[in-house]
Amino acid sequence: MTDGAVAAGIEVVAGVRDIRKTYHMGALAVEVLHGISLDFFRGDYISIMGPSGCGKSTLMNILGCLDQPTSGKYYLGDEDTSQMADNDLSAIRGARLGFIFQSYNLIQQLTVVENIELPLFYQGVPEEQSRRTAIELATRVGLESRLDHKPFELSGGQQQRVAIARALSNDPLIILADEPTGNLDSKSGAEILNLFDELHQQGKTLIMVTHSDELAERSERAIRLRDGLVESDERTRR
Amino acid sequence: MNERVAEHRSRSAPRRSAPAAAADWTRLRKTVAVGLKSIYSHGLRSLLTVLGIVIGVAAVIAMLAVSEGASFEAQEQFRQLGSNNIILKSVKPPEAEASGVAGFRQPSVVYGLTYQDIETIRQTIPAVSNVIPSRIIKKSVRHLGNTVNTDVVGTTVDYPVSRNYSLRQGRFFSAEEVEEQTNVVVLSDEVASALFPVTDPVGDSIRIDGNYYKIVGIMEPEAYSNLGQSQAGSSNAAPSRIFIPITAARYRFGETIMRQTSGGMESETVELHEAIIQVQGQDVVEDIGRIVEQIMQRRHARIDYAIEVPMALLRQAEESALRDQIVAGAIAGISLLVGGIGIMNIMLASVTERTREIGIRRALGAKKKDIVLQFLVEAVILSGVGGLIGVVLGVLIPVIISVFWDMTTIVTVGAPLLAFTISALIGVAFGIYPSMRAADMDPVEALRHE
Repeated sequence: MTDGAVAAGIEVVAGVRDIRKTYHMGALAVEVLHGISLDFFRGDYISIMGPSGCGKSTLMNILGCLDQPTSGKYYLGDEDTSQMADNDLSAIRGARLGFIFQSYNLIQQLTVVENIELPLFYQGVPEEQSRRTAIELATRVGLESRLDHKPFELSGGQQQRVAIARALSNDPLIILADEPTGNLDSKSGAEILNLFDELHQQGKTLIMVTHSDELAERSERAIRLRDGLVESDERTRR
Repeated sequence: MNERVAEHRSRSAPRRSAPAAAADWTRLRKTVAVGLKSIYSHGLRSLLTVLGIVIGVAAVIAMLAVSEGASFEAQEQFRQLGSNNIILKSVKPPEAEASGVAGFRQPSVVYGLTYQDIETIRQTIPAVSNVIPSRIIKKSVRHLGNTVNTDVVGTTVDYPVSRNYSLRQGRFFSAEEVEEQTNVVVLSDEVASALFPVTDPVGDSIRIDGNYYKIVGIMEPEAYSNLGQSQAGSSNAAPSRIFIPITAARYRFGETIMRQTSGGMESETVELHEAIIQVQGQDVVEDIGRIVEQIMQRRHARIDYAIEVPMALLRQAEESALRDQIVAGAIAGISLLVGGIGIMNIMLASVTERTREIGIRRALGAKKKDIVLQFLVEAVILSGVGGLIGVVLGVLIPVIISVFWDMTTIVTVGAPLLAFTISALIGVAFGIYPSMRAADMDPVEALRHE
């Protein structure tokens, strides 16, 4: 367990225990993760770093319940997700996770508001309620004047803000961000990071994968992976 | 941690218990809206895709309308000829005609039904309840300055009942009038309006060959000039007829008809031109028809008669209508199948194009069944829109057919409904495979898809 876990009164929201992931490419079996154990605490602001091929993406996919470990356990809340059926994984993604992607991944035919409320739609939230939540969140990321715009009418920074609002709409346990500023110019990137800081201050749990040292410095906990193992896991600020 | 989870649970609990039906309805409505958007964004492609369905549905409706119309006409004729009737007709034998052409002209031809024929039929077949004989003679009929050439039908009182004819005005002649050879006449609607353009004919008289006949009634106009009558025998091809007691016809006109020809006088002797044999029980009509034929064969050396069984005609008409419907069904079925394959093809393309969208939706909590529903709804919308266009065309085509080809067509309520339902089902049937493929995509792979 990491040093932070000892801190009394800090609530664990998720944890992985000795997870391994093996991919089969024809006859060849490649183990990408060689046994990773980590605990994530409520309010954590984590950056996961490491060279290409170190297993960051695989770990993120597992944390996002988009993929399952070959062995080991992944607890999200109080549930072990590592053996869950596809349907339950979908439900848990919709209810407990928020995703922010490098390329925003907004649905082009839907408006800003419709994109933001999409997770709520799959949760079966009544329309008035989800619409209200979506407008609130759009306002929070500064897009209250763009509610009915389509994604292609927005700048990259604005699109990523829509994605952040979408990730917040279901009030997730963890927000997972994959290179959130990778496609943005430095000014827009900075805006996004400021938004992340705000979320952190509000007590949200953020995990982001990044190559950027700048991002890593802003986070409070930096996890470095190398060759499918945790190389280091340290608190960068208090 | 437990507290956090508990909080989460309590927050998600009311969502689950919220009126599920309303939530499902909203979900379906939104799914339909997304489907419509996606179809609309590929307008031309969607239109071409549904063309097969359009043609199939239109074909089903139009062909059903045509065959329904044909069957209606057949039934209408059948109704007029009478379902319990067998119709016997005198036909001039071909030998007599042929010898005439060869130059060995017989000055006198005797042929056709006799009173003895119908008496034999009446007495030997118990199932025959009545035989209504008639003589049909072409005459000029006059009233004041108006003259009409028409068929004078000498018959008995039961004639209108046996043929399902009704009177527009007045009455048919009575049994006493037949008994007493009274000069009374019932006019057809056409003859009545030709001879009496302004005045009321009932109670007035007409003149045939110097004898006056009192008009007692006028027949209802016939809705359909019927097949059975126009086919057989030249003697009663004319649609307009007048009716007098058969006794009067025999007494006034005799049984021999003289004709002036280029070579001199020619005569035809026919006792009866037509007899309607009424049978008890529709199911035996065709059997009785065969027995009548045997009796006639025994009694006549030549085929100088024709037997018509309306029931058999109806059956033939229905058999050919059924054949038409099977052919129509096959054509429509093939068209719908092709249409369905078209939809499947385009849905597969759509699934591939939208792989990333599928990945996003899956990441945001969409279950496999949500994805299946989304694409299935889209397929059903496609086929449903095709079906609707097809219904519109399918209702218009019969109208065009009846205007340009003068055919009766009937679009029943069932046909468009059936065709539309089939088109929607095709959307489901051919949408399932692409939808399953969409749902079975690995979310990680789908999100990576460019």
